[in-house]
Amino acid sequence: MKLAIANPRTSKENKTGDWRSFKPIVHTENCIKCGTCASYCPEGCISGVDKKNIQEREFPKIDYDYCKGCGICANECPKKTIEMVQEEK
Amino acid sequence: MEEYFASGHTACAGCGMPITVRHALNVLGKDVIVVNATSCLEIVSSAYPRSAWGVPYIHSLFENSGAIAAGAVASLRVQGNDHTKVVVFAGDGSTYDIGFGVLSGMLERNDDVLYICYDNEAYMNTGNQRSGSTPFGAATTTSPAGKVNHGKMQWKKPIAEIIAAHQIPYVATASIGYMADFESKVRKAKDMKGARFILTLAPCVTGWNYDSSKTIELAKLAVDTGLWMLYEIEDGKFKLSLRPQQFKPVADYLKMQARFKHLSEEQIKTIQEHMNKAWAEMK
Ligand SMILES: Cc1ncc(C[n+]2csc(CCOP(=O)(O)OP(=O)(O)O)c2C)c(N)n1
Ligand code: SF4
Ligand code: SF4
Ligand SMILES: [Mg+2]
Repeated sequence: MKLAIANPRTSKENKTGDWRSFKPIVHTENCIKCGTCASYCPEGCISGVDKKNIQEREFPKIDYDYCKGCGICANECPKKTIEMVQEEK
Repeated sequence: MEEYFASGHTACAGCGMPITVRHALNVLGKDVIVVNATSCLEIVSSAYPRSAWGVPYIHSLFENSGAIAAGAVASLRVQGNDHTKVVVFAGDGSTYDIGFGVLSGMLERNDDVLYICYDNEAYMNTGNQRSGSTPFGAATTTSPAGKVNHGKMQWKKPIAEIIAAHQIPYVATASIGYMADFESKVRKAKDMKGARFILTLAPCVTGWNYDSSKTIELAKLAVDTGLWMLYEIEDGKFKLSLRPQQFKPVADYLKMQARFKHLSEEQIKTIQEHMNKAWAEMK
């Protein structure tokens, strides 16, 4: 019997990054690795800053395959160090 | 970190609902079964043959998530599983209105379910129709602003109080703009038994009509203006989670959203006064 059940996390086949018209760029020189951007990203597509211990964190890394360019990360970053740059064709 | 709600879901850019779900599941962990009433959440996360879920997931009807969850938990417990949590995610249309009778039954039986409503203040999945949750003055497709009416003419239904009247162990309100508070409420509810209910404000870019970068800012502002109160009712005891030191004017919040753009200064004043009165009664 074949059941019509979707496998976990197969949404990752949807590359929602192509929805984007503005691209977030992290200027790491001012970044304090607080993780605010990653916490509020609706796509959960920012990694690197999720370790509990700040010393063990890397700079935020955005997965552009999924980033829709909403701008929440840039708006919430306490150091205002994420810039939204218009995508080009 | 293990993902329980994966990228590639198709919610609008900037939507508050996936932020709600991702954080709730991070707190709850993988030993859960999710029941999800028909809503934007269901549409954006489970279009066959793909799924964003990393935990077991049941899509219920719009109106019966409370009953599906009650059945799921009863079957777990009868099999001797006393650890798996059953969690409902449902929208405001489902919670305040269409699924309310069934939810009321779940509460009255005190079924061992954590029910989380993500409140975007209208029936968004079908294109922004007014719900019992839509606030006074908001324009929706079924409460348009025109010559006679200025958006919805009724106040928001006090759903958390109505739910608390069922005398369940835990009721709380939250906002994704105060994430640590939301997470601590989920953490507390996680280890309680019986029916628990958390109402979370989750702004909708498309329906509220604002710039997609402002979702968290608005969810904070709703609290800082006093329009959205954060509180808990634990075993019948009411506890305010936060009292804004200095209330921001409600106009700051309303003017960021096109659903309120038709409101006159007079109507904004009506909203401000209604809010002031609610806080005056809070002492
Ligand atoms: C009985 C029934 N009536 C109407 C619908 C159509 N419908 C599907 S989702 C939805 C709106 C859901 O609103 P809400 O619960 O607030 O969730 P949201 O979409 O806003 O996230 C409606 C009206 C339905 N599925 N079932
Ligand atoms: S919010 Fe800003 S400062 Fe904090 S980790 Fe992200 S980029 Fe760095
Ligand atoms: S722009 Fe939006 S989707 Fe893209 S990384 Fe920032 S918060 Fe995430
Ligand atoms: Mg809704």
